[in-house]
Amino acid sequence: MEASLLVVLVVTTALIFDFTNGFHDTANAMASSIATGALKPRTAVTLSAVLNLVGAFLSVEVAKTISGGLVDDARITPAVVFGGLVGAIVWNLVTWFVGLPSSSSHALFGGLIGATWVTAGTDAVHFAKVVDKILVPAVAAPLIAGLVAAVGSFLTYRLIRRARADVVGRGFRAGQVVSASLVSLAHGTNDAQKTMGIITLTLIAAGSLPSHAAPPTWVVVSAALAIALGTYVGGWRIIRTLGKGLTSIEAPQGFASDASAATVILASSHLGFPLSTTHVCSGSIVGGGVGRRAPDVNWGVAGRMVLAWLVTLPAAAVVGAVAGRLSASGDVGTALVAAMGVAVGAWIYRASRRDPIRPDDMARRDDGAQPAERVEPPVEGRDSTPVAV
Amino acid sequence: MTVRWAALAQVALVGFGVAVSLVVLFTLGVLGLSARAAARERGAGGGLGQVVAGLCFAGCAAVVLYGVHLIAFG
Repeated sequence: MEASLLVVLVVTTALIFDFTNGFHDTANAMASSIATGALKPRTAVTLSAVLNLVGAFLSVEVAKTISGGLVDDARITPAVVFGGLVGAIVWNLVTWFVGLPSSSSHALFGGLIGATWVTAGTDAVHFAKVVDKILVPAVAAPLIAGLVAAVGSFLTYRLIRRARADVVGRGFRAGQVVSASLVSLAHGTNDAQKTMGIITLTLIAAGSLPSHAAPPTWVVVSAALAIALGTYVGGWRIIRTLGKGLTSIEAPQGFASDASAATVILASSHLGFPLSTTHVCSGSIVGGGVGRRAPDVNWGVAGRMVLAWLVTLPAAAVVGAVAGRLSASGDVGTALVAAMGVAVGAWIYRASRRDPIRPDDMARRDDGAQPAERVEPPVEGRDSTPVAV
Repeated sequence: MTVRWAALAQVALVGFGVAVSLVVLFTLGVLGLSARAAARERGAGGGLGQVVAGLCFAGCAAVVLYGVHLIAFG
């Protein structure tokens, strides 16, 4: 395949991944605000999209490596990146379809690890780094965020026992809007950055840019727009799981969760131990539910969520490995991977239309009662099917 | 294999300290508002509640601005 054509393909795929990253992670920041009625569903995703857009432009630290040292960047070719991206996109779509919040970063790293492993060999993957950068943070993030949110939620409910219910509801809903906005802003700076890094590295590998070049303006703009657009579309399936499936969220508890998530994310990214936004936010929502006067957590949903976290990296790695091997084998292989990626995407999209989740399904009635709904993620046991790509 | 436990512990401690303080401060602000609303219903001014709420929310706003600063320039 013409090098420039492959570059165009990789850039397009990277932007598609960025888009899935957006709608996959809307729930992290906005699920609890939507659940408590602090923000209307559409307002929430719009606010989150705008803040993701702003966040993507704000960042000054350029992502120099796409892999964070997990794989040997010098041995990555555009075909490997393409395979890794397809793996990440497929896994993001599958987990979105079953409504499970899994880390988009893990999906991306998994895809890259798988593709690098089969094309460049085992020694191109730095497995020691996988423990340091993925396994330990994946266990630590929900525990830390959960503990912080549980204590915050517990103290809040102790303090407001004699306060007026109307003032409490209004006050904490306002607080939620601010803390959820912070999460969105932080998300934009971190995650859009990854896509910019991928595209820039591909352009450098193709010789279109000198090495160590900063992302060109069009890369920054398109990555920012892709993640914002994805966020605006709103991953309603995941929002439903986080906002209603894990625990029924009240305003004070939602504020404690959001504030804890925002603080832990900022502390982690600035003290040099990056934690996944998804893991932090999910953990803090569970923690907020635990710390309440009458704890109310659906541990079945929480368990499925943790299972999805564990499976994300290996599953994306398997898809990435197959896709990477095929696309590295030549033009026909690359075209085949592209076609299969599109087919899987179309199939999942069609399947999702049969059981659509709309913004109205999240809305809270004025009397405070939740509308009748199915709390369980709609489909089980399909997780493994599309991995056969 | 080097797990940076010290960095992790630091994140946990700072996150815990800041987040719990912030949540408590905000809750005290809401209690101030609640006291003001109750006082006004009785026909009193509710000035004390208002002052408490103002101070608490100003403190929270400072923390949030610092957070935005970290995101933008950190």
